[in-house]
Amino acid sequence: MCLAIPGQIVELESENSAKLDVTGVRRMVDVSLLSQQGIQVVPGDWVVIHVGFAMNKINDQEAQNMLHELKSLGSTSLDDELALWDVPSPNFEGRKES
Amino acid sequence: MKYMDEYRDRDLVARVCDEIDRVSKGQPVKIMEVCGGHTHVIFKYGLEDVLPPNIEMVHGPGCPVCVLPMGRIDDAMALAQTPGVIFTTFADMMRVPGSQQSLIDIKAQGADVRFVYSPLDALKIAQQNSERQVIFFAIGFDTTTPSTAVTIARAQALGVHNFKVFTNHVMLIPALQALLDSPELDISGFLAPGHVSMVIGMNPYRFIAQTYEKPVVVAGFEPLDVLQSVLMVVRQLSQDIRQVENQYSRVVSPEGNMLAQQMIAKTMEPREEFEWRGLGTIPHSALRLRPEYAAFDAEAHFAIPGRHVPDHPACQCGSVLRGRIKPWECGVFGTACTPEKPIGTCMVSAEGACAAYYNYGRYSMAREREQLVHPLVKGDE
Ligand code: SF4
Repeated sequence: MCLAIPGQIVELESENSAKLDVTGVRRMVDVSLLSQQGIQVVPGDWVVIHVGFAMNKINDQEAQNMLHELKSLGSTSLDDELALWDVPSPNFEGRKES
Repeated sequence: MKYMDEYRDRDLVARVCDEIDRVSKGQPVKIMEVCGGHTHVIFKYGLEDVLPPNIEMVHGPGCPVCVLPMGRIDDAMALAQTPGVIFTTFADMMRVPGSQQSLIDIKAQGADVRFVYSPLDALKIAQQNSERQVIFFAIGFDTTTPSTAVTIARAQALGVHNFKVFTNHVMLIPALQALLDSPELDISGFLAPGHVSMVIGMNPYRFIAQTYEKPVVVAGFEPLDVLQSVLMVVRQLSQDIRQVENQYSRVVSPEGNMLAQQMIAKTMEPREEFEWRGLGTIPHSALRLRPEYAAFDAEAHFAIPGRHVPDHPACQCGSVLRGRIKPWECGVFGTACTPEKPIGTCMVSAEGACAAYYNYGRYSMAREREQLVHPLVKGDE
């Protein structure tokens, strides 16, 4: 839950929300904390995502660094976080802690 | 030296560690990394073994799951068992033990507990189930608080009145202040968390440098980021400078995300005090909803037991968090207290100091290190 991950903007749906891509996984993310203070985001931009919100814009290089780092931290970070993206299913059966 | 293989730039790592060694001149330095994410990186890469032996990392209270008192978990459980309620929370909270059970236990017994990735998903569930009350169990440090704040403002704008928030957001700065005021504290400088700082910026840390005369470096999450930040702390100490520096300027701006700060201030206000597991009660260290948003406040709508569950008498988490003892020095470490059956806060989530030592088996290595002076990175040259 504390994790922040980089994602790339694929398309803007409205002023407040955009479809983002992280290593091929896509999800709608709220971009209001940037757009509402005049920080423009456009397709191709990278942002830091935390619990469904874009918190800051970052450059390509930093995004790649963060992704590399998350991958090398092991499946408990990036994969688990992305697995949560599909969550709306109410049937949480639980996973054994790794 | 097996950990060295995992670094992307071995030479640079070796040079940074050499420089830390040269600048610190063998003086003992204890640096607290406040953030559970940093703790994870330090253990994953065995950074304590490549650092010179006079540099000690102390793992601070930066895991919001760990610091939440058991009584609040019990309160959450009571809310989740209220007839007709849909209780939503982050996945991390499902297995956290309360005094009797965890959320996953009561879900198995029939309570409607659902985990969500984002508070906005909880709001969506409320829109889809307008005949039921949907409660979101909001926890987290300053990084997570803005998302709850925006969601509450949106619930109000959309008139989703069956949406409620059980707020447990805590603030990093008052916790640091409490640590700094503790006579037990034994820390020379701080690595400040990158993602919290992305929201709050650099200014809130200034009092640590100015009043308490300790260096603060906002640090990124790569192993090299952590090592470079350690070097920056050590340099300040050796040059007798005390300031707030930003090693993570790629992501953290000096002013932070100002709209995020405004959204928090608009929807929430500090509680007079809040209990932290392992640290006791800290004034103005947590947030509740402002009266203007009472329509969305679970605490205003439901009877909450509010039972205080004291920390276990054997628990020494407070001393671990203040850098007085290492996790393995606690009498119950690894015996009565394990990640499966945690007695104290530091064992609760993988990012807690004791769990990190336990999971990575570092305690045995650290014990060895005390006995022989480690050959360090130089052995690799
Ligand atoms: S071993 Fe357990 S009880 Fe002891 S300090 Fe760590 S978490 Fe607390």
